[in-house]
Amino acid sequence: MSLDTAAVTGQGEGPSGRRGLDDLRFALRNPKLLAGGTVLLLLLLTAMVGPFFVSGDPNAYVGPQFAPPSGDHWFGTTSFGQDVFTQFVHGLRATFAVGALGGGIAGVLGMLVGFVGGYRGGLVDEVLNMVTNIVLVLPAMVVLIIAAAYLEARGLMVQGLFIGLTTWPWAARAIRAQTFSLAGREFVDLARLSGRRSWRIILREVAPNMYSYLVMSFILLFGGAVLIAAGLDFIGLGPTEGVSLGLMMHHSVTWGSLHLGTWWWFIPPGLGITAVVGSLYIANVGLDEVFNPRLREL
Amino acid sequence: MWRYLGRKTGLYALTFFVAVTVNWMVPRFMPGDPVRTMLGRASVSDPEVRASMEEHYAQLFGLDVPLWKQYLGFWGALFQGDLGTSVWLFPTPVTEVLLEAVPYTLALLLPAILLSWVAGNRFGAFAARSRWLDNTALPLSYLLTATPYMWLGVLLAWGLGVVAGWFPATGAYSFALTPAFTWQFISDALAHWVLPFLSLFLVAFGGWAIGMRNLIIYELEADYSSYLRALGAPRRLVRRYAFRNAMLPQITGLALQLGTIVAGALLTEVVFAYPGLGSLILEALNNRDYFLLQGAFLFIVIGVLIANLIVDVLYVVVDPRTRTQMQGGA
Repeated sequence: MSLDTAAVTGQGEGPSGRRGLDDLRFALRNPKLLAGGTVLLLLLLTAMVGPFFVSGDPNAYVGPQFAPPSGDHWFGTTSFGQDVFTQFVHGLRATFAVGALGGGIAGVLGMLVGFVGGYRGGLVDEVLNMVTNIVLVLPAMVVLIIAAAYLEARGLMVQGLFIGLTTWPWAARAIRAQTFSLAGREFVDLARLSGRRSWRIILREVAPNMYSYLVMSFILLFGGAVLIAAGLDFIGLGPTEGVSLGLMMHHSVTWGSLHLGTWWWFIPPGLGITAVVGSLYIANVGLDEVFNPRLREL
Repeated sequence: MWRYLGRKTGLYALTFFVAVTVNWMVPRFMPGDPVRTMLGRASVSDPEVRASMEEHYAQLFGLDVPLWKQYLGFWGALFQGDLGTSVWLFPTPVTEVLLEAVPYTLALLLPAILLSWVAGNRFGAFAARSRWLDNTALPLSYLLTATPYMWLGVLLAWGLGVVAGWFPATGAYSFALTPAFTWQFISDALAHWVLPFLSLFLVAFGGWAIGMRNLIIYELEADYSSYLRALGAPRRLVRRYAFRNAMLPQITGLALQLGTIVAGALLTEVVFAYPGLGSLILEALNNRDYFLLQGAFLFIVIGVLIANLIVDVLYVVVDPRTRTQMQGGA
């Protein structure tokens, strides 16, 4: 997405402490970052603390069926009498978990492939690049459908793992390109002359000079993982136990809530996903502007 | 130029090989017995029929011969267009079932991809560096790209379909009609097509608009733009050059986003019960029809690869540098 344009310009200049302070100053004045960050933080807080305050099992039958939102049931109840708010809070937690897991694994894989390929070059790079391109062209979601269909019991962990294994390539490609351009700079040459090991040079010299890039890649991978997980859940390949926002939509549509008009069953989960991913994206633009002076408003 | 296209084609051929291999491996190396679970859902009570069905499918999977033979046999069948027999629609061949669904998916996908790309690019270029639009349209575009395809579909189906009653919210045409080349059928099919198309279009539109907006900003900062401005060129002219340069990354982006949009189309079809590949996948999952599922996977992969190749050719046509570079013995 916006990463395509975010070249690492003017980085590695000046003392790093100064730069960090500068970034922070711009970050605190950036409305997009602040707005996105606040919404995200509120949602995260709801997901972490919420489940302790609402009654235990999100799938328990606690109230009347088809009840619209009220004081007793904030988001109403499903056609089985389950509390939608309880499910929402638990589902939100699952959403964050799958995003962190999927985005995290994809991020680590992307960094590994990108750093090694971009720094090493040669045959290693050729092979890694080919693998990256192949996985990039294959539609991740469809591969995941096939893989998940054969699993008898599905859990959040496996879902996150699978998502991570299929969504890393674009990040690897972006990181490889950046590493490639950094690896030719003088300070990296100097580090190489001093006889340090390659992985230390990558960690100490190359990675810190593109940390903004890495952070933003992770944010986009996180958002992507959340959306893919929601899609899988929606067609019925979600976790076989527990709840998730995608699964709520799946049940809602399967049990005909569209035609019964029980809008409170399908609006909260979708809104939750949109809010999480949207605030991530908007915070990401904010970060882009903070790190990248060319994008700041004139 | 030919070298460039040749390399790309080689990559896609390799990808196809990997996809087929994955397709072959998944049922064999995932835990569980695919034949047993598959037939567990089939409503056959006669034990004799059941035993023969089990044998039929074990043979189809080729489970009784060594692995390498199974693998070669899989390829052999594939080149004859044989993807097995559907369990859900027994005994229709999978290829036949899929070919019937493909036109519906294409009817949704092609217009949605092309129109959203063109409109999104125009809008993004228009919104760039105009403070008012930037602060209103941009956050909205971000929310649109963050919206799960199926949720926007559900909202449209409920809001414009069920509540407002403007458009039908399920199926590709009314049950009373049979597909025919009549005015009545075509208008009915169009009315059914509007909502799924719209939900696909809107989500994709947001993404293109954002991408274009960012690219235009970069191009307007480039030296050639400053030079043009310094010469006193009109704003429109500078923008036109910026737009042309920004198109190139957007064409590459088109290839990168294909997989996501295709997945979005599958989900949208499920919401609207639109009888394309997405609905077939849902039926295949519900009926444990693994042959149908895997056939659909192969169809989609082939489609995505062909689309990628078309985008590559387009890129060569649009960007003269790829042509001269390749001729220059590079």
